[in-house]
Amino acid sequence: MERTTIDLWVGIFVALGVAALLGLAMKVGNLTTSNIGPTYTVTANFENIGGLKPRAPVKSAGVVVGRVSDIIFDPATFEAVVSLNVDKRYNFPKDTFANIYTAGLLGEQYIGLEAGGDEVMLKSGDKITQTQDAVVLEKMISQFLYNKASEAPKEETVAAPASTKSEGDALGSNPLDDMTKPVAP
Amino acid sequence: MIKRSKLRIFRNIGHRFTKRIWRLGAGARLFWLTLISSGESFRRPRLVVREVYFTGVMSLIIIIVSAFFVGMVLALQGYNTLQKYGSSEAIGVLVALALVRELGPVVTALLFAGRAGTAITAEIGLMKATEQLSAMEMMAVSPIARVIAPRFWAGVIAMPVLAALFSMVGILGGYLVAVPLIGVDAGAFWSQMQANVDWRLDIVNGVIKSLVFGVACTMIALFEGYDAPPTAEGVSSATTRTVVTSSLVVLGLDFVLTSFMISI
Amino acid sequence: MTQNIVEIDNLSFGYKGRMLHQGINMVFPRGKVVAIMGGSGSGKTTLLRLIGGQIKPNKGEVRVDGQVVHKQSRDGMYQLRRKMGMLFQHGALFTDLSVYENVAFPMREHTDLPESMIHDLVLLKLHAVGLRGAHRLMPAELSGGMQKRVSLARAIALDPDIILYDEPFAGLDPISMGVICDLIRTLNDALGATSIIVTHDVQETFSFADYIYFVANGVVAAEGTPDDLRKSSLPFVHQFVYGEKDGPVPFHYAAGDYKQDLLGVEDGKRPENKRRAA
Repeated sequence: MERTTIDLWVGIFVALGVAALLGLAMKVGNLTTSNIGPTYTVTANFENIGGLKPRAPVKSAGVVVGRVSDIIFDPATFEAVVSLNVDKRYNFPKDTFANIYTAGLLGEQYIGLEAGGDEVMLKSGDKITQTQDAVVLEKMISQFLYNKASEAPKEETVAAPASTKSEGDALGSNPLDDMTKPVAP
Repeated sequence: MIKRSKLRIFRNIGHRFTKRIWRLGAGARLFWLTLISSGESFRRPRLVVREVYFTGVMSLIIIIVSAFFVGMVLALQGYNTLQKYGSSEAIGVLVALALVRELGPVVTALLFAGRAGTAITAEIGLMKATEQLSAMEMMAVSPIARVIAPRFWAGVIAMPVLAALFSMVGILGGYLVAVPLIGVDAGAFWSQMQANVDWRLDIVNGVIKSLVFGVACTMIALFEGYDAPPTAEGVSSATTRTVVTSSLVVLGLDFVLTSFMISI
Repeated sequence: MTQNIVEIDNLSFGYKGRMLHQGINMVFPRGKVVAIMGGSGSGKTTLLRLIGGQIKPNKGEVRVDGQVVHKQSRDGMYQLRRKMGMLFQHGALFTDLSVYENVAFPMREHTDLPESMIHDLVLLKLHAVGLRGAHRLMPAELSGGMQKRVSLARAIALDPDIILYDEPFAGLDPISMGVICDLIRTLNDALGATSIIVTHDVQETFSFADYIYFVANGVVAAEGTPDDLRKSSLPFVHQFVYGEKDGPVPFHYAAGDYKQDLLGVEDGKRPENKRRAA
């Protein structure tokens, strides 16, 4: 085999490999989204973070704007202190609301930021005061069962179709609704 | 008589055991000699380029075709199960994670052992049988530096490239089945994938695996060839051993590497 | 500068208790063509490997140019080997390289000569063995005799002081044999080298060698010029030179009593070795 032919093929081979790796990085992986450039850090306290993990995404209006960098337990207040790295390009008002949501019914948990109306923006090291805890499935089920139990005596005499309807009503005001609403964008 | 034959069983076990240990030691020694004789390969990269052609480029077809089919089958099977739970958009994640984390490196290594590994063993074994290695030694040229080391580095280079290609082509195969054929939304396919495949934890770990497998497969193939008895029978059984040993070592190493990577 | 380029002194070598050589003494004077002869399996090729330092002797030593071969470091060994060229029994050409590249191989590995000079040298060496026209071919396209000639061109590529030949006549037709005989002699004299030939082809060797050693049972059984040996009255030499079937070297491999072996089977008591095989 001619040397130049071998060189050509090996060149193509290596180029293909590099292209495949780039493709994996850009198209398949989250290299583009995980490296979100310079960030600033804010903290938020939660009574219960559920299954939130470090590196979980921080989203606002469904767009990834940062990542959870650290989670520690504060023994003074018995709360979880979550540090968020937020992209410097995005500024949020001081009264921004931080919620812990679940992507899908059984998906990973992430933090959703809902901007408030304050004119002062969050700076690095600030603390988000308005937070909502993770929805814990067991808690919710027991609450649901408790509601059912308290409703049950009233509905015992009602016919079956009506019963399902009122069950639907009960669901509407139930926290279970929160779980089905914020599906991952 | 019975007592003697029973003793013979133990003797056999002992013999096999010491032989295995001896081969392990001899293999490690060759690995070490290869590493310290690698200067030549870097001074003359042309030697390595030539071998990359024979191990890498010649394996391209089998890798690409297999990857394509593996990706398509994964998508079909995945869809079948996922749609029962109403999450058929997650098919992209399933295909990508399966390929990038496991199937890419492992299946590539198994195919590599069968395609390139056997070729290396047979070539080195024949070079030994026809006294080409002796001739080199008599010409004051170290066969390890001139023959073994370039092939080793070529294998180490070719393996991650092939594994990355396998993953990418497999994902494309999965895409072809999921999107045009089954009708999953293309946007959901890619975005779910991007949201759930991590660069560091999934892709880089996959590349690390393929590098380790590349070292193992190439070294096994080289050792079996270098150690083969210089006869037709010896070379053919060495070639078989290359495939068997490489496959077992790859699967075993995969478990060890995965358990490390998941615990981190 | 000693008169003898290679000296073998009281050399013993063997594997696992079976001694192949038991105290061999030989000298190879500069500029001569010396043959080592002996039956198959008498350890002739092993002697070449000992001279080349590919194996170590159990006892005694081989000196090349005054230096003990097996005591050399790796680099020292390679320095010594650069003074040697070896023609292997089956040529041992690199099958993935062309004839040209095969001959150029030692030059590329050991020198930094420019490509144009390598080109001239390779064609010169190939011309010496009469195969300049075949430089583009691959080894697989050559006949056995031509492969050996290419291998010889490769062995003399760096103008060695010592040329080792391992069975140069094995498997060749009479014409090729004549060509190789002629080449060995002319190359030796033209290069001023010393040739050591391991062979069992009596007629060809006797026609051009300066001195001959006979190896049998691990020792030098006889030595001398071809004329001396032809006239030799030693029974072994006589048997070998004239190719007689039976003599001091028996036709049968050492075995037990023939009658006993055959009758033993009929009795149903098979000999030990057969039982194991079954």
